[in-house]
Amino acid sequence: MNINIQYEPVIGLEVHVQLKTQTKIFCGCRTDFGAPANSQICPVCLGLPGVLPVLNKIALKYAIKVGLALNCSIGELIRFDRKHYYYPDLPKNFQISQYELPVAKNGYLEISGNGNVKKIGIRRAHLEEDAGKLIHTNELTFIDYNRTGIPLLEIVTEPDIFSPEEAYEYLTTLKGIISYLDVSDCDMEKGSLRCDANISLRPKWTKQLGVKTEIKNLNSFKAVRDALTFEIKRQKELLEAEETIEQETRLWDEKKQRTFAMRSKEEAKDYRYFPEPDIPPVIITNQLLDEIRASIPELPKARMERFMREFNLNYADARQLTLEKNIADYAEERLKAYPKKDKKTVANWLIGPLTQEANQRGKNLSEIPVSADALCELIDLVENAKISNLAAKSVLTEMIDTGKNALTIVKEKNLIQISDESTLTKEVEQVLQENPQIILEYKKGKTNSIMFLVGQVMKKTNGKANPKLVQDMLRRRLENA
Amino acid sequence: MELCDLTAHHLLSLLKTKEINAQQILDSISQRIKKVENQIKAFVRLDSNRFPVETINQHTITTSCEKILDGIPVAIKDNICTENFLTECCSQILQGFRPPYDATVITKLKEAGAIILAAKTNMDEFAFGSSTENSCFGPTRNPWDKTKVAGGSSGGSAAAVSASETILAIGSDTGGSIRQPACFCGVVGMKPTYGRVSRYGLIAFASSLDQIGPLAKDVHDCALLLQVIAGYDPKDSTTINIEVPNYIAALEKDIKGITIGIPKEYFVEGIDEEVKTIVYEAIEELKKLGATIKNVELKHTHYAVPVYYIIATAEASSNLARFDGVRYGLRLESENLISMYSKTRGRGFGAEVKRRILLGTFVLSHGYYDAYYLRAQKVRTLIKKDFEDVFKYVDCLVTPTSPTTAFAIGEKVNNPLQMYLSDIFTISANLAGVPAISLCCGFTKNKLPVGLQIIGKAFDEEMLFRVAHAYQMHTQWHKQKPPL
Repeated sequence: MNINIQYEPVIGLEVHVQLKTQTKIFCGCRTDFGAPANSQICPVCLGLPGVLPVLNKIALKYAIKVGLALNCSIGELIRFDRKHYYYPDLPKNFQISQYELPVAKNGYLEISGNGNVKKIGIRRAHLEEDAGKLIHTNELTFIDYNRTGIPLLEIVTEPDIFSPEEAYEYLTTLKGIISYLDVSDCDMEKGSLRCDANISLRPKWTKQLGVKTEIKNLNSFKAVRDALTFEIKRQKELLEAEETIEQETRLWDEKKQRTFAMRSKEEAKDYRYFPEPDIPPVIITNQLLDEIRASIPELPKARMERFMREFNLNYADARQLTLEKNIADYAEERLKAYPKKDKKTVANWLIGPLTQEANQRGKNLSEIPVSADALCELIDLVENAKISNLAAKSVLTEMIDTGKNALTIVKEKNLIQISDESTLTKEVEQVLQENPQIILEYKKGKTNSIMFLVGQVMKKTNGKANPKLVQDMLRRRLENA
Repeated sequence: MELCDLTAHHLLSLLKTKEINAQQILDSISQRIKKVENQIKAFVRLDSNRFPVETINQHTITTSCEKILDGIPVAIKDNICTENFLTECCSQILQGFRPPYDATVITKLKEAGAIILAAKTNMDEFAFGSSTENSCFGPTRNPWDKTKVAGGSSGGSAAAVSASETILAIGSDTGGSIRQPACFCGVVGMKPTYGRVSRYGLIAFASSLDQIGPLAKDVHDCALLLQVIAGYDPKDSTTINIEVPNYIAALEKDIKGITIGIPKEYFVEGIDEEVKTIVYEAIEELKKLGATIKNVELKHTHYAVPVYYIIATAEASSNLARFDGVRYGLRLESENLISMYSKTRGRGFGAEVKRRILLGTFVLSHGYYDAYYLRAQKVRTLIKKDFEDVFKYVDCLVTPTSPTTAFAIGEKVNNPLQMYLSDIFTISANLAGVPAISLCCGFTKNKLPVGLQIIGKAFDEEMLFRVAHAYQMHTQWHKQKPPL
């Protein structure tokens, strides 16, 4: 038994990103998501006899843009190749892809876990056409070719990823960058981002790679993480039992939370790649590169560093607020509008209550209709002790639901915080009387138990009491009693 | 002489002076078709009861004569897509296929006023062949001798022009498929420079070699037809965006002072002695017309056939992958997908198509790619360079089009290698992408036409027209009609 060997997982990811061009990669058909089946097709994307592909220049530009953002070298000459396999969703029975001369290669992406930065090598990024979709019923199979010919960028990492968490981090960071470049929706549910994972284990003392499996059917970043965690365990058990790992494709079963070998064992595939004769090789000029470089906006990492610098935010907050472009735009507008120099309060609101509201509504934070001014007003009310934090949260909900401003809601609902001692004496005394046990605990030195009493007073005042004042009053009473 | 026996340029002048009208031309070719088509079989799916023959755009026949081909009937090879009209590549697998779109050449012909015949011309299935015997509709017969093949793969187009069943015809040429049948049938046929004519709508055989081109009774007509179909097409990324010269103007020039190269590799083993003699006589004629004759070398010529059969079959195996029974054409139902594919392709493709798909699949396979496909591409570059080098010294090259005249039907069907050698002189032009024309330069004792090939620099079709036209102005071969 090799039970004492320490194993290290080695992971490589292949991500397919649908580029959000108006038209398909080799024809003029639209690429709208959710259109009626076979309503966005033409002889070219159907691969009818006699048609020829014409490269969509925008797709090429988008691909180069991603390549540059991933620190890749861009090919001076790029070429398309045919990749052959028979499947009814592939109308020509070959896919126009790139083999030898891809758009981009030899780049890297910086990820950070716990503040440590690590470079994940990008082996290549290449353009290809998407296939159609098979729809199976009990008796028949239908084919929807709308998706056929939508431009895909396949981004392949080096085997530089050593844990499921790193894989998750890589995907989150990659998605962030692509959202900043505004070249894809990166929506796994809509299939505009797809990921396959290759994983093998090796003893820690060697650099030699073990036998890998490829995991498919990963429908979320979480699924990638879970599937890799499962697969590490599975492979480790096999190795420890001195059994062999089959090089194979496995499917992730989300319900059963495990991977399965694909039922029909695949034959060794021979795609018979050869240069696509219908598309002449494309020369990438320096002028084009300069033009694309100039169109690349500030990327998440730079923006995060600026948020830390300009708004005095810590790493975690700055990172969370800059990961996605629309969230960062939303946050920046509100952070800037807040007049005080310490922006921590605004960041807390954005990351806390506002994000919660968004999540509850199944929306993106950037879609929550609370303007910069409205948010500042709400924060002011809390800062000046006009309303409690608790009340402020319900005011926020009301603001989003009704579109009213904070002050109006506070007045309508009579939420002005009670900061007058004499008004609160009655409730404080009541709570003390009702909780002799807590008082005992406090006196024994469990001073934190005072918070329970504060909570009780808040409850009695419908959240309107100034909690700081209540705590003060309680402390005085308890110390003097 | 009937109207159908005249050339397009002659008919156009008669139309212009209103001596005739377009309907009369169509009627005349319809009569000819009725009379001879049973013996020739130049067309497929022809409705012989119909008079006049069905056309794609009959409704556009006008009495005006404004456009360059107004009222001139043109026959189309069965591998060029015509919207809503059957286009089957003479293959069972495309049974019933009506393209939802027109090939660019069809659009251009329509715009030029040409009358497009609805029945397509016969061809070797998917253009795989040199005799039109590989058609699922059976062979086309040579109008000069009906026991002989018409050549191929554009045998139907060449025979239709030769028998005056059409005025003009469109073919496609991947390794000689326009020039060799033009040669066998005694007409003029040109393979333009790769990138000169849009391939959009041409059902691909070998994408890097295919080119659509004209077939006609004389050089003037050939120039006229190329004028119409040539030019950059945004739908075909391999067309070149340069201006199309005035080819008719090029016909005016004589050939005094031009230099013609005679590549020695084209006059060696395997060539029929009679063909050789007749071609040499034609060269003498060109010399008399003022051209300088220079012996040249194209060193890598003997690699052309093997290189061609690697590249062409590789591309063909890929291009034909789409014929799977899923979306259009033939489908043999079966219990599962793989078996449906096998049955459909097993039934739908003929023997030669299967042979080439197997060859092409093999040369692209893992482990063989470098030894075959990649090596072939390298040699192709050398062949191309041979031409570039020689064109520094000569304006064009003259060779026989084919080493023999038309052979007997059935003679080579069981010997594919022999059949492949029929294209030995035409293949290099496709590999190099340069233009080449074939025209009749005499007849053997058996009254079979002999073809002269003129090969030019890339995008210099003008030179080919100029030389070929000068030759025809001083000879009468192109005016001879087959005995029908």
